[in-house]
This record gives sequence, structure tokens and C-alpha cells, in this order.
Amino acid sequence: MSKKSVDTYEANWWSRLTQSRYFVYILISPLFLILFAYVIYPFYTTFVQSFAGENTLVNYKKFFSLESTANLEALWNSFYISIISVICCAVVGVMMAFLLERYDFPGRRLLSILVLVPMALPPLVGVLSFTFLYGESGIFPRLFQQLFQLEDVPFALKGIWGVIVVHTFTMYTYFYLTASAAIKGLDPSLEEAATSLGASRIRVWRKVILPMLTPSLIASSLLVFMVSMASYTAPLMFGVERTMTMQIYLSRTNGNLDMAATQSTILSFVSITFLLIMRWYQNRRNYQNLSKGVSVHRSEVSSKPLKFIAVVLSFIGTLILILPILVLILISFSKDGAWTIQILPTEYTLDHYKALFTDERTWRPIWNSLQMGFIATIGNIIFGVAAAYAMVRLNFKGKTMLDILITIPWALPGTVVAVNLIAAFSTESVFTFNQVLIGSFWILPLAYFIRHLPLVFRSTSASLMQLDQSVEEASRSLGASWLYTFRRIVIPLTLSGVLAGTLLAFVQSIGEFVASILIYNTSTIPLSVAIFQKLYAFKFGTACAYGVLQIILILIVLIISERLSKGSAGSAI
Amino acid sequence: MKAVRINDVSKKFGDVLSVHDLELDIKSGEFFTFLGPSGCGKTTTLRMIAGFYYPSKGKIYFDNQDVTTLQPNKRNIGMVFQNYALFPHMTVDENIAFGLEIRKYDKKTIKEKVDRIRGLVHLGPLGSRKINELSGGQQQRVALARALVIEPDILLLDEPLSNLDAKLREETRIEIKRIQSELGVTTIYVTHDQTEAMAMSDRIMVMENGIVKQIGTPQEIYHRPNNRFVATFIGETNLLTMKVKSIEGDTITVENDAGLTLQGLTENLAAGLQINTGDEIYVSIRPEAFESGPGDNTITSIIELIEFTGVSVNYFLRWNDTTLKAMIISRERAIMQAGDTIELHIPKQNIYFLGE
Ligand SMILES: Nc1ncnc2c1ncn2[C@@H]1O[C@H](COP(=O)(O)OP(=O)(O)O)[C@@H](O)[C@H]1O
Ligand SMILES: [Mg+2]
Repeated sequence: MSKKSVDTYEANWWSRLTQSRYFVYILISPLFLILFAYVIYPFYTTFVQSFAGENTLVNYKKFFSLESTANLEALWNSFYISIISVICCAVVGVMMAFLLERYDFPGRRLLSILVLVPMALPPLVGVLSFTFLYGESGIFPRLFQQLFQLEDVPFALKGIWGVIVVHTFTMYTYFYLTASAAIKGLDPSLEEAATSLGASRIRVWRKVILPMLTPSLIASSLLVFMVSMASYTAPLMFGVERTMTMQIYLSRTNGNLDMAATQSTILSFVSITFLLIMRWYQNRRNYQNLSKGVSVHRSEVSSKPLKFIAVVLSFIGTLILILPILVLILISFSKDGAWTIQILPTEYTLDHYKALFTDERTWRPIWNSLQMGFIATIGNIIFGVAAAYAMVRLNFKGKTMLDILITIPWALPGTVVAVNLIAAFSTESVFTFNQVLIGSFWILPLAYFIRHLPLVFRSTSASLMQLDQSVEEASRSLGASWLYTFRRIVIPLTLSGVLAGTLLAFVQSIGEFVASILIYNTSTIPLSVAIFQKLYAFKFGTACAYGVLQIILILIVLIISERLSKGSAGSAI
Repeated sequence: MKAVRINDVSKKFGDVLSVHDLELDIKSGEFFTFLGPSGCGKTTTLRMIAGFYYPSKGKIYFDNQDVTTLQPNKRNIGMVFQNYALFPHMTVDENIAFGLEIRKYDKKTIKEKVDRIRGLVHLGPLGSRKINELSGGQQQRVALARALVIEPDILLLDEPLSNLDAKLREETRIEIKRIQSELGVTTIYVTHDQTEAMAMSDRIMVMENGIVKQIGTPQEIYHRPNNRFVATFIGETNLLTMKVKSIEGDTITVENDAGLTLQGLTENLAAGLQINTGDEIYVSIRPEAFESGPGDNTITSIIELIEFTGVSVNYFLRWNDTTLKAMIISRERAIMQAGDTIELHIPKQNIYFLGE
């Protein structure tokens, strides 16, 4: 009797709570708490620190002072490099897109697969292979030096232009992808109509094609600019100290933390501004279904001389794209220390690969990275799936806020994320259960988690949006609890999306270098930092073997993702 | 089989009132239909019964149990969704068995029940098909089977036929009705299609803008509409605005400016409607209420337009700006033409008086 009344009381209490308009805020509060603790709070501590802890603008004055212009120069260089990178990437990316979408020539198929290779290269490994190929002691400069018996190498990739070339190589794919999607949507009859009306080729370009490409060009430009501003690996490897990220790194290694905080705050300001512009632009732009267009007919390159040029060019393109991987493989078999002034390494060995699996010191970093990447990715899955579900299925105020907060850490340069974490977690805090995270094992998993916040979130929300809510309701009406429905219906139907984001997050965590180099803990060195260290110890072979391992891992993941997306397309109604 | 009682329920979305002070009793085993134009609150009401929305005000009972805020999975309902909402990653049988697994039946019982219901909805050999290998009509049957196999206390259907083509719609309509009466499950059916509602229902609730306009059997709704909205929404009618000339005994006389005078019976006054001489009221005359030749309310008029539909002939008659449509079953071969004069009459008991 009395038990029953307790039951009803509790049921009432519970149903009153769940019915309440504010219940949803209880559900989403953990998400906001995590974002507050690991995104806003670190950001805020950096901001506070940038005022040197005494509410003065000292550091900002120093930054902008005209007496020592290092910082202003760095800011200018970062802008300069970013703008040139955008231009170069745009030219290469759009040209590639047109070439591959519009023309048929021998070698097109191979080229169209290889064109995405740069996406598969982890940043550090990419730069590494470029210095081996085209750096001052690289294979090609030396080859030409010997061929022509020159005193010095005739050319070499270095300085700002080195950075720009690497940026172009690694980031033109952003332009390539959006431009080729846009070109696929271009109706060739439009062009033909314009031509038939007597418009010249240039006029057709200017009046017809360019305007239609503009939205995708602007979106890619913003993205490339942002990524270039954040670029750290390339300036580091080419020794360009006067960029924002390098300045932050130097301030930090010199122990000038307040200045690092100031520089970070300024760079964050730039990045977040660009992020917001990008969001605004994408929301404003009306989405057309670009893939719906008539399939483009490719014109065949027919005249003999043109065909010859096309073949040569596509051969060179293929070579440029595949060489970075080939050189890594080559050097991974070379004996450490035996390659000095020769064009190619002279002595080869399998030792590096053996060591990967047998030598504790060699495989330790791999194991560390796998472990830390795994932990971070588990976090990404839990947070990403929950946030995606909340975003797509629940109704609450602050959705835009949630979305922006999740995207910010991705838009912030890794260097800044690291500085923020240093500022926040060098001391004990409630968010870390009163532990000091800096110097502990946990700081890197946390950094990876933060940097890759949006990946699982985005891919999961995309597949959730495709899942009709009434399917969930059908399950509920058949007697399934929310949890059972989530397990039996929601998870299986969104699994491919969740997995795609998960794999991406995992791979990126394994290859993460930029934040790692600032905050790694010497007893759990991650793979990327190990590569860097081996490089500076002239153990090129081992460094490249690590790199090859990473590329293999990435290829496996890419293949699995490809399968997954195909599978889901097949089963979707 | 449970009865459903809806007690003074309202539902607000923000400031929009979707359902307003709804009172409703649905009997156990009844086939009950919510009928009304799109956006009138049918789905909202159904979803409150299912438990996907909670009322802003009022209570909902299944028999005597207050289910107002009970979770949908605790209500033992079967629901068929407009887009079927089948689980795309499961086969037909897995879909049907889903609710049974939750109810923890053993494997053997599940198989028996699934087989039986699959037979009932004529999906015999398709048990192991994937959902995307089925036609629209077959998917609809799976959805029905999945909802019925759990032996729900109440079956809820939200416009289940709207995604089918016309022929399949009629076929499936008969099928649903057959299965429902076989199982005797209390059924609530949502539709905006009045033919569907008339053909299937024991009782119908007509709604407009979240308000109940009338509840009654198809015959009552059709023949004795309570108000202007119901009269025009259900079937076809000649709706005239007329002035009450006199009320004598059981006879009401009305007239309009066009010179038309009609006499009807007080028993055909809409429920609750009070009238006095001189009031303006609506007069509803169904086209099929007309009969040939002279009688009550004889009308002699020139035919403006004539329509031969096979079963019947439609005559359009006109007084100034009043047009009447009369439908006469075509027994004679003699064909009249536009411009001819015709004599028709309207039996007194076929004239209805309505308020707003
Ligand atoms: N979830 C909701 N949020 C806000 N308004 C809603 C929601 N569901 C229904 N409405 C509104 O309630 C009214 C009734 O909708 P509904 O019950 O779906 O109509 P019907 O099923 O009769 O076409 C509509 O005006 C609709 O816009
Ligand atoms: Mg509806």
C-alpha cells in the first residue's frame, strides 16, 4: 500500500521533470560543461594571461611596437604566406579540376586517383618528403648539380617559398574538391550556348564559368587561408621563424608564457573571425544540388602535339604526386648516416622495419600514439554522437552556440590549442579532478580530443539527419525504451557515419604533430614527435619508416571509409 | 481492447494553439476517424494519444488509467506512420518481430505470431525480404503487421494510405477495414480524405483549426451536419444564406433576395441552434435531395448547364446570383438540354438548417 504510493509519487516526480520544458537543458548540460571546461576555460585563461596577470596591455604594446618588429613581421608574414598560398592553391586546384573533369587524355584515370594523395599525407611526413626531394640537400637539386657539374645546387626549396610550395601541394585539394563538384554541376550546354552566341573563349570563362565557380572558390579560399595561418610544420621545417605559429612556439620554448598567450590570443582572433565569416558565407549561400547536373562530356585531346603535351604534363603531375611517397619508402630502407652527399642513399637495409616491431624504443612511440589516439577517439565518439543527437533531435536554445563551440577548436591553430591547454592545466583545476595535466600522460589525449571535436559530430549529424524521426517513434510505439531504440535502431542506422568520423579522428590523432610538439610528455612520446626527433638525430631511415607506417594506416582507413560510404548508400532507402 | 477518453485537452506549440479544449470518448473496439483539412490538429491529437506529445492541458485515459504523461513505450499501442517508418536495416520478419522481442516472447512463439500476421496481411512468402525490396503497398502491409502483431490495445493510423496510388488506396482501405473488424481492435484513423473516412469509420470526428466541429456516425455527419463547415467539407452541398420568414408548428419557411422560398422541418434544425423570424441562417440541400416533378418546394427553372455522368444527371439551375446543383438518377433516356425548363422539387425532410 505505502510502497505503491511511493511509486506513484516518484513516477509523478519523474514525469513532471521529464515533461518540463527545461528538462532538455539538463540533458544537454554535460555537453556544454565539457565545452566550457576544455574549450572556453583554457581559452579564457590564455586571454587573462595575455594581460600579464595585471590587467596591463604591456604585451600587446610590445606586440605592436615599432621598435622590435619581430611580431608584426610575423603577423605580416603569416598573412602574406596565407594569401599567396590561397592564390597558388586556387590556380593548381581549379586547373586540375578542369583538366580532370573536362578532358580525356592518356593517364587521366591514374592522375585522378593520385590527385588526392596529399590528403593522405600527415603534415609532418609531407614536409619531410619535400625536403628530401627538393630541399637544399635534396635529391633533385643534387641531381641537377651533378648533371651540370655546378658548384652549388641550382635550386632548392627553402624559406617562405618553401612553405608556400608545401602549402600548395598539401592544400590545393580543397580547391580541387569543391571546384570539381561545381564543374560536375556546370551544364556544358550553357557554355556551348554562349559560344554559339559568338562569345570568345575568355569571355565564356569570365561571364559564364567563373561566376558559377565563385561560391566554391570563396569557400575554399577562406578555408585555405585559415589552414595556412595555422600552419606550423612547414615554417618549422623550412626555418621560417617569423610566422605567428613559430613566434608562439619560440615564446613558449623561451619561457615567455605571457607573450605566447598574447600572440595566441591575436592569432585566435584572426582564426575565429575567419571561421565566423566562413559560417556566415555558407549559410547565406543557397545550396544547389551540384551533383544533379548533366554528366559532363569530356572532350578528348585529339591533335597530335597537344596529345604529346598532355601526356608529358600528366606524367609530370603523376610523378610530383607520387614522388613524396616513393621517396619515403626509399629512404625508409636506407642505412642511417650513410647518405651524405650522394644523390640517392647508397646502402640499404631492412633494419628499420625490423626495429619497428622488435625494438622497444622504436615501437614505443607507435604504441603511445595508438593508445592516446584511441582514448581521444573514444572521447570524440561519446561526445560527438551525443552532441549530434542533441543537435538534430532535441529542441533547445543555444544550438548555434553549441555548433560554434564545437567548431572553434578545429579552427584554432594547433599551436594555440596547446598554449591554451598550457595556460589552463599547468596547475590543478576542478576540470581535471585536481590534477596537473601538463606533463602527464593525459594532456595529449585531451589535446587530440579537442582538436578533433567536430569530426565525429559532423559525420554523425549528417547521417542522423537522413534518419527519419518517425523510425525512432515507431520503435517507441512498439514498446522499446529510449535506450533500446538508440541501441537497436539509431546506432545501426547511423553506424557508417559514426565510423567514418571515428576513423578520421583516429588517424588524425595518430599523426598530430603541431600541438604535440608543444606539450608532449617525455615518457610518452607520440609518433609524430618521434619522427621529428629522429630527423634531428639524422636517423632518416627510422623517421621514414614511421612515415610509411602512418601512410599505410591512413590508406587502410581510407579504404574502409570508402567501403562504408558505399555500403550505407546501398542500404539507405 | 481499450476505450479512450480525452478530457478537455489542449495542445500549444509556443503560441500556436494546435488543439483546443478537446472532449472525446472512443469506445472499445470502435473504428474512429479524425477528419479535417491539413493542419487542423489531427496528427497532434493522435500523437498525444500515442504519447509523443504531452497535452498542455487536460487528461487522457485508456479505460480508467490516466496515461496523460505515460511514455509511449508503456502504452501498448500499435502505430502506423504516414511514411511507414519501417526499420531499413531489418527484414520484413525482423521488423514484425521487433515489438514481440521487446515483450520477451520465446523464439517459437515469435515465429508463430509473425507467420500468422504475415498471412493475415497477405505478405506470405516475403518474410526474408529487405524493406527496400518491397513495393509501397507491401511496405504499408508490413507497417500494419508490425503494429498489429503486438496485440495493441489501440491501433493508431496517421494517413496510412496517402502514399499509395489511387487503386492501391482503395484496395488497402478495404483490407485495413477487414483486418480491423477481424481483430476487433480499437482503432483511431487520421485522414483528410472524406471518402476514406465515410467508408471505413464507425464514428468520425470532424476538426477545423484545432476545434471539434462534429462527432458522429458517417450518416449523421453526412445527413445531419451541425454547422456550415461540416456541411461543406463532407460531400457536396448547396449552401444558401436565407432569411427566416416564419416558424409555424414544425415548419420553417425561409426566403432569399433572389425570390426563392423554401419550407423545411424544425427537426432538421442543427443541434442547439435557436432561430427567430428574421434571422439569417444557412440552408443546406444536398444535390441528390432533389426529385423530379412537382411536390414540396417545387422549383421550375431554366437549366443553365447540364452534366451527364452516367449514373446521374446534374442540372445547374440559377436565380440571379444563386446557383443550385441538382442531381437526379438518370432513369429515363429523354435528354434535356441547357435552356430547357425543368420542374423539380425538394422534399421537406431533405432541407437542413445550420448555423455558422
Ligand atoms: N512539433 C510542432 N511544433 C510546432 N507546431 C506544430 C508542431 N506539430 C504541429 N504543429 C502545428 O499544429 C497545427 C496542427 O498540426 P497537425 O496536427 O500536424 O495537423 P494535421 O495532422 O491535421 O495536418 C499546425 O498548425 C502545425 O503547424
Ligand atoms: Mg497530419
